[in-house]
Amino acid sequence: MGIVRKALASRPIAALTSPHTIDHYLDQIHPMLVVQHVRARVVEVIHETGVASTVVLRPNGVWEGFAPGQHVEFGVEVDGKRRVRVFSVSSSARRKDGLFSVSVKAHPDGYVSQYLHHELAPGTLVHLSQAAGEFVLPETVPEDLLLLSGGSGITPVMSMLRTLRDDGHTGRVTFLHYARSREDEMFSAELDELAASYHSLRVIRVYTRVPERDAELTGRFDLVHLKHLDVDPTTTLTYVCGPAGLIASVRDAYDEIGAAAQLRQEYFKVPTVDLSAADATGTLTFDDSGIDAANSGATILEQAEKAGLTPDFGCRMGVCNTCAIKKNHGAVRHVISGEVTANTDETVKICVQVPVGDVNVAL
Amino acid sequence: MSHYRKKRAPIEPLSASNHNQAPVPLVGEDASTRATIGLDLMTYEQLEEFGKELDKVRQRVLDDLGQKDADYIRRVIKAQRVCDVVGRVGVFMPFFPPAFVGGIASLGISKILENMEIGHNVMHGQYDWMNDPVVDGKKYEWDNVAPAQDWKHGHNYIHHTYTNIHGMDRDIGYNLFRIDDEQPWYPSHRFNLPLASLLMLFFEWGVMYHGIELDEYLGGRMSKAEFTARKKRALQKVRRQVVKDYVAFPLASVALVPFTAWWVPLAVLGGNVAANIIRNVWTFIIIFCGHFPAEVETFTEEEAQNETRGQWYLRQLLGSANITGSKLFHVMSGNLSYQIEHHLFPDIPARRYPEVAKDVRRLVEKYNLHYNTGRLSKQIGSVARQLAALGKKPSDPYKVGNSPESKALRREKREAEKAAREALATAA
Repeated sequence: MGIVRKALASRPIAALTSPHTIDHYLDQIHPMLVVQHVRARVVEVIHETGVASTVVLRPNGVWEGFAPGQHVEFGVEVDGKRRVRVFSVSSSARRKDGLFSVSVKAHPDGYVSQYLHHELAPGTLVHLSQAAGEFVLPETVPEDLLLLSGGSGITPVMSMLRTLRDDGHTGRVTFLHYARSREDEMFSAELDELAASYHSLRVIRVYTRVPERDAELTGRFDLVHLKHLDVDPTTTLTYVCGPAGLIASVRDAYDEIGAAAQLRQEYFKVPTVDLSAADATGTLTFDDSGIDAANSGATILEQAEKAGLTPDFGCRMGVCNTCAIKKNHGAVRHVISGEVTANTDETVKICVQVPVGDVNVAL
Repeated sequence: MSHYRKKRAPIEPLSASNHNQAPVPLVGEDASTRATIGLDLMTYEQLEEFGKELDKVRQRVLDDLGQKDADYIRRVIKAQRVCDVVGRVGVFMPFFPPAFVGGIASLGISKILENMEIGHNVMHGQYDWMNDPVVDGKKYEWDNVAPAQDWKHGHNYIHHTYTNIHGMDRDIGYNLFRIDDEQPWYPSHRFNLPLASLLMLFFEWGVMYHGIELDEYLGGRMSKAEFTARKKRALQKVRRQVVKDYVAFPLASVALVPFTAWWVPLAVLGGNVAANIIRNVWTFIIIFCGHFPAEVETFTEEEAQNETRGQWYLRQLLGSANITGSKLFHVMSGNLSYQIEHHLFPDIPARRYPEVAKDVRRLVEKYNLHYNTGRLSKQIGSVARQLAALGKKPSDPYKVGNSPESKALRREKREAEKAAREALATAA
């Protein structure tokens, strides 16, 4: 953060702009000038496969950079409404031009991922968070490293691979990736190129549905695959990212041979929302207090009170906004209108919203 | 997934449209009694229908919210920030009177826009659907000495839920004025008019004081911890506002003294005071015209117990008054000139009120209701006449708060309540 930004974010300036912040004014001059919010412009949208895209971003000076494997909150405004999703950074942390990228596989019901893939145009303003996440490489990368991914779980691993290459890391790196087919795989051409040019890296792709004719490995993950690649799980630091099924089988296998300490994992959750569901299923999670409750079908306010929490409330009829809180994720139905909303990180009045499936709220 | 057994949620679709559930504290002990609000005007069935029609209007607007509403509030915010900066610069130039006076006016306008069309409306949650932290009702703090949190409690919850119910809505006369015939008269009400004129100048301080709810604490209805927390929040907010307008900006203008004159910081201070007074006077006028003109109805707790959604809507309609005017006037009043529509739909963006007013008018005609509206001058006149007339001691001793007759009545009521409690205790 530059000295000017620091000065603008200082207390004397805050005293002059109170109760607002300097950003409320800088925003009016230029949205990228703000000193407390990470924002970025879309430089380019690259279509990776039929359904996946990479968004190249130019962040403002508030961006503190990222470690390969981390993710960012990504907010775009569509029809006046900001939609926020979390995406993994896919670019190399050593990029010299100050840009970075996130890669996203368009989920059939995913509003934002579909929007990114089909409509996002260069020049669009994007609201970001700082990069976050523990799924990162250690300070000194060990001599032997296994990177394992499935489907779109490849994105954080791709950032690791690109960074290792740019660092000229000479230790042995094995990258084992599972995808349904080559058509379904992101970064195919670049992986081919990496495999050919980066000598200490070995890239093995397993296409589970449409295997290649002379494939080295086939089928789902199995310890045999590692044995075949001459990787010893007990001594090799392993990063796995992908769908819950893949992570579960890797973790079970590592547990079984006592190699759990070597494993680092990141789930790639695609929240599924059944918009027509009228049933009381799923779990209601009160994130701040760490309480889970089986969804009873009552309003979130009532369920919170049942769980022993005391959220603020007023009219209990959706008028006064006293009970409005952040819903972190999940779908809710308005009891008056019947409307279902499923946005990440949106404000809802909990006295008139019932959870539809798994819901996580900031209470 | 059809093989999963689906358990129906105990929520009927659209159940709250016939959500005949009053806000919790208004549910009477005897659930079988029905609220009597509006029965002189329509039947229960009609009230039900009336509520449903208004729910429909509300939903139509909610479904239509989008880019244009977002663009609108951002345009207002931009105009406000420009007025703010221009105003601050102008106030820094007291050596050039046209700029100084223009600056004060611009700063006053900025504060009016910020408090009304932006602050008040954003804090109602009208723009929460945008998911933009700048217009998030939960986070917003306004340019006013009253802290947002306590103002929201008193305004959004108490005032907007229990609108014009005696003993529940603390905004009927703000515990200061006698503005309704049903309020008991006390000698201090002789000063209704001069006191109101004084409050007009310092309105933001009145709002802040009202939000501390000293009367609730003294009446034993609020815990000491809560009261202390309110005081602390208010002091903190007052400090920030005072430091900004009356210390930091005058201090910053000291830098101009070597090039201009020694009195510049004092003039800056005076300019800021003037801008705050401009805002105070304007907001006072708009707000007093919202509920205090004659013919605005008030209600008793008994009438409202177990009210239906339709009755709740009707109470909002009968308990509010509009002001007619130009488009600019409506923006400058935060569209609170559409007080009726605001009370019916407090959480839909205020720019939509002119549009929903057409539907409200249609329903008003359909059910032959009274829609209180008039020019600003008419409504101000009505409020002033009310304050003057109701400030005089009523001849009916039951309307005088400290008359022997009223005291006897209150004693009787207390004893009856006590007896009922004891009867309940012995029965249990």
